[in-house]
Amino acid sequence: MTEALLVAERLSRRFGGLSANEDVSITLERGKLHALLGPNGAGKSTCINLLSGDLPPSSGQIHYKGRDITRLSAPQRSRVGIGRSYQRTNIFGGFTVLENCRLAAQSRRQRAWRLFTDACALGDTLDKARAVIAEAGLAGREDRIAGTLSHGEQRQLEIAMVLATDADVLLLDEPLAGMGSEEATKMVALLDRLRRTRAILLVEHDMDAVFAVADTITVLVNGQLLASGSPDRIRANVEVQQAYLGDEAPASAVSGCGAPPRAPARAAPPAGTRDGSATCRA
Amino acid sequence: MTMSRPTMALLLAVLAGLFTFPFYGGEFYVEMMAEMMILGIFAMSLDLLVGFTGLVSLGHAAFFGIAAYAVALISPEYDPANLWLVMPAAILASALAALVIGLLVLRTKGIYFIMVTLAFTQMAFYLFHDTALGGGSDGIYLNFRPEPRLGEWLAFDLAEGHQFFYFVLIVLVLVYGLLVRVLRSPFGRVLVGIKENEHRMRSLGYATFRYKLGAFVLAGALAGTAGFLYAVLFGFVTPELLSWHESGQVLMMVILGGMGSPVGALIGAGSMVALEESFSMLTKHWQLLMGLVIVAVVLFLPGGLIGLPGRLRGLLLKGGGDD
Ligand SMILES: Nc1ncnc2c1ncn2[C@@H]1O[C@H](COP(=O)(O)OP(=O)(O)OP(=O)(O)O)[C@@H](O)[C@H]1O
Ligand SMILES: [Mg+2]
Repeated sequence: MTEALLVAERLSRRFGGLSANEDVSITLERGKLHALLGPNGAGKSTCINLLSGDLPPSSGQIHYKGRDITRLSAPQRSRVGIGRSYQRTNIFGGFTVLENCRLAAQSRRQRAWRLFTDACALGDTLDKARAVIAEAGLAGREDRIAGTLSHGEQRQLEIAMVLATDADVLLLDEPLAGMGSEEATKMVALLDRLRRTRAILLVEHDMDAVFAVADTITVLVNGQLLASGSPDRIRANVEVQQAYLGDEAPASAVSGCGAPPRAPARAAPPAGTRDGSATCRA
Repeated sequence: MTMSRPTMALLLAVLAGLFTFPFYGGEFYVEMMAEMMILGIFAMSLDLLVGFTGLVSLGHAAFFGIAAYAVALISPEYDPANLWLVMPAAILASALAALVIGLLVLRTKGIYFIMVTLAFTQMAFYLFHDTALGGGSDGIYLNFRPEPRLGEWLAFDLAEGHQFFYFVLIVLVLVYGLLVRVLRSPFGRVLVGIKENEHRMRSLGYATFRYKLGAFVLAGALAGTAGFLYAVLFGFVTPELLSWHESGQVLMMVILGGMGSPVGALIGAGSMVALEESFSMLTKHWQLLMGLVIVAVVLFLPGGLIGLPGRLRGLLLKGGGDD
């Protein structure tokens, strides 16, 4: 029996007249990696923002471990166990790599403010920070100023910071974008390992990576959920092929060189999918 | 935050200089030095907000003035008040004011934060200026300096210039030590994190509002400490202590000395008083000269005066080539 950690039901978010997310339902289970696909502007980052509390939804509910968390703020959601990374690198550029992760780890021990203890004397947070730095492949970089790292390393640091918060649910917005192929391979292996004890939502354009690691794939187009299911079913789904992968045969798209698919930016979802008849949940 | 040897040596030398100052400085300079140190405490308290938490407040004088008024109002007219009661009371008054004002102003950000802190300090100014509460625009006198009374025992005498100087010096050292400790603590690290990237702090699970409020109250209490000493030093308080002009002045001290460093704030306060004093001896239009110095520092020493030694070393190394 898998454990559903995060359940979002019929989430919608409008920006003025634009429906960035409409009736999106998603379930994240422990032990599973759920990939979120979609062309540019489909609403993937918006979906993550809704789940992480960065944006309040216009309507819909979010439950975490059975508890309604729809009204919780971003810090509150982080503290219950939902961690996220950002598509646009969002780190403390002026701090060392170690301090970035130490602050992230310290966020788990906020009950007492401890105005007079030395932050560096809190050994457990420091150990945690060192451990996640190594886990994300940044060992030896602890004392570098984060802003001076290469782009790919900054992406690794983002992951290390989420890990330092001990999150049970990881919402990762294009973590592989900008990484070298070697780092990306390592990162995919890391995600594969992390998934065992956590639930992961992964937004990623690299089809090879997605089809290799995902247990479930959800496809968003124009803010609407087009299809959701196992990689095999998504690969075989005609609507996905038409709306998202274009005329290319999905087999070639998924086994291609790994470059982002040239998807139509604003393809209209085929009629008849709005009620979810064509979607399937894992 | 660990100190290098030369910095440590310099700090000790400065401390030694300060502790022996009353033996070689004349009365006038002892009092001026006391004023510098008091404004130094004030500037350090603002630096906690501006330089460490990223909150640019233009209303910090409110907390300075509230404590100053508190001593003057609590003290009996014909007797000295008890220092051990009146000093905590004055600091508490400022801390409470900071708590209430902080709860409101910290809901805003950036330019709006500057605006509302300015608005609040103006309200506080007019509260004392336009009502009979604190003697209106004339202000009120503090006829006697408080006495450190414990039962019948008086440990020292603030009415005596040198002893007052040492009292201020000790408070300064305590406030400095407190700030350095707090900035090194987990709480202090969170403040610096908020300055660097508040959004990221929130997504890491920090309810940043509480931390900012904590910093605001602590800064208010320390500004109150300075305000208390200031009232005791000069023996009278006027609404001008809470004016936005005063708030701007202390912000300039922080910028002049260098933001994000308690020592910078001290240097800023010291040089501001020293420059004011020497320029006003030169000309009636000393404010013009003062403005020039500030502009020059901001343009050529963006890190403030505290960055000067590093700058000079850089220039020497570059200019002198290798030896
Ligand atoms: N804060 C905002 N205000 C207004 N419109 C927004 C906002 N955030 C996103 N949008 C719009 O919502 C739509 C979905 O954007 P979103 O960033 O979620 O897409 P995405 O699937 O993550 O795209 P990409 O692959 O380019 O990252 C876009 O049309 C975008 O312009
Ligand atoms: Mg996006």
